[in-house]
Amino acid sequence: MLSIQSLTKTFGQNTAVDRATIQVDGPCMIGIIGRSGAGKSTLLRMLNRLTDSSSGQVLFEGRDITALNGAAKRQWQSQCAMIFQQFNLVPRMDVVSNVLHGTLNRRSTLSTMFNLFPKADIHRAIDILDRLGIAEHAPKRAEALSGGQQQRVAIARALMQDPAIILADEPIASLDPMNAQIVMDALRRIHDEDGRTVIANLHTLDTARRYCDRVIGMRDGRIVFDGLPDQLTTDVAREIYGAGADFSEAATSTAIEALDPSTDAAWATA
Amino acid sequence: MADVTATGGAGVGDTRDSYMAMTRRKRAYGGIILALFVVLMVTGFQTVEARSAGGFWEGLPRIFDFPAGVVREAWDRIDRLPANLLTYFPALIETINIAAVSTLVGAFFGLILSLLSTRGLARWPRLIPLFRRIMDILRAIPEIVIALVLIFILGGGPVPAMIAIALHTAGALGKLYSEVAENADLKPVEGLQSVGANWSQRMWLGVIPQVAPNYLSYTLMRFEINIRASAILGFVGAGGIGYELRNAMTFGQGKFDLAASIFVLLFLTIVFFDQVSSHYRNRLTQGQRT
Repeated sequence: MLSIQSLTKTFGQNTAVDRATIQVDGPCMIGIIGRSGAGKSTLLRMLNRLTDSSSGQVLFEGRDITALNGAAKRQWQSQCAMIFQQFNLVPRMDVVSNVLHGTLNRRSTLSTMFNLFPKADIHRAIDILDRLGIAEHAPKRAEALSGGQQQRVAIARALMQDPAIILADEPIASLDPMNAQIVMDALRRIHDEDGRTVIANLHTLDTARRYCDRVIGMRDGRIVFDGLPDQLTTDVAREIYGAGADFSEAATSTAIEALDPSTDAAWATA
Repeated sequence: MADVTATGGAGVGDTRDSYMAMTRRKRAYGGIILALFVVLMVTGFQTVEARSAGGFWEGLPRIFDFPAGVVREAWDRIDRLPANLLTYFPALIETINIAAVSTLVGAFFGLILSLLSTRGLARWPRLIPLFRRIMDILRAIPEIVIALVLIFILGGGPVPAMIAIALHTAGALGKLYSEVAENADLKPVEGLQSVGANWSQRMWLGVIPQVAPNYLSYTLMRFEINIRASAILGFVGAGGIGYELRNAMTFGQGKFDLAASIFVLLFLTIVFFDQVSSHYRNRLTQGQRT
């Protein structure tokens, strides 16, 4: 389905992503982990074509995505939804309008200016919001919502695109543990119920282990791990993060269960 | 690919209906405003057309007669252009000097007025309306009126023009500055307040560095506007290139080549300062490259 071949991105002297090769054969949920600056965001941005690649290819159902331009590129972007760490909604517009922005690729500039969306689309937007449990906020301005609610609006916008792939760039990094769980549950449900492929950059290992079918580890732009969540042992994690023996996952874990007394004590004596 | 499963509960139905009602209301308001706008434009144009001495449509083809005349005469005597440019250069310098001094003085007072009239930053919050009205007055009086009064009192020359433009600049920049300052992040100000800094210190260290790039860009644009303003004030006796332009522009004297060279000088000046200003603005926003 999706085949990434030796995808590379260089910024001047620095190589952000170094010959990344990933093969995705069918719908699945993939988590990409690695420390900040490892090239995770750049990789996702190249898939969405927000950033142009330096070399390499991305084939989606046989078509080379990196070669697209103009209308064809925007058409691809409408099929490949993106969810951002900071939600990237239009803060001053109401929630439903923000969700309707998912259909912009099919709308003309003029009808966008006058905010004319078909009734069927408006109803579908509200149904998606209801599915994510935030339909009652429909007429509010996006900026009036909490972070977790805004991220669900962003997911609704992604769903409105009816995409083949959903890319999520650190979707829970700005959220508290409770909202993080709601957002991750929503992403997992979208994969389970709709059969869409979800690729998420994550910064906590337990999230990757719990929600993903497959985990990819990146270090300094290179893919250093690609396997099942069970194979992601503490030693492998140390390798991915380039950490020493004092690396403890529980110390920064955001999972509520991780806060049991035994790990607390372990951290205190470390 | 499976689409959204239609839940269609009572709650969603209500949300749908109320949102559709809101959308229809918004569209209706938008339509009414658009219709009003079109009606006002059309009727307004008709009124003006009926009351004008000439006519817009009859006059339209002749609009370019003057520029065409200037270009034709200037082209005939193109060989004199370099000499003309040199002749008027000192007058241009005088005009630029008037603009520069008035921009500096105006920006200084505008800065103080803006900080005193911005919500959240003001030294005396209750006096905000007073400082706002002062700026309104400075902007409301046309600079040409101030210049004429001052020329009457102080006699012709660059000083009345400078004062007139500086007053207007203080009012105009004060308003623009205060709008920028309103959007400034208050966290650094709070941080400085927490260490016991006084108001001037908080403004100088907490606000000015944040707003400096925007302030500079508004100031440089105002400088461009002031170059033109000081040229216009030359028409009423404030000296500089405006005075020369008035003499050269009078119809039927065959001096259009002089007028053309003055226009060229003004154009080059604006281009020059536009380039300089964008250079310094970029340096200020991106930081100096090492």
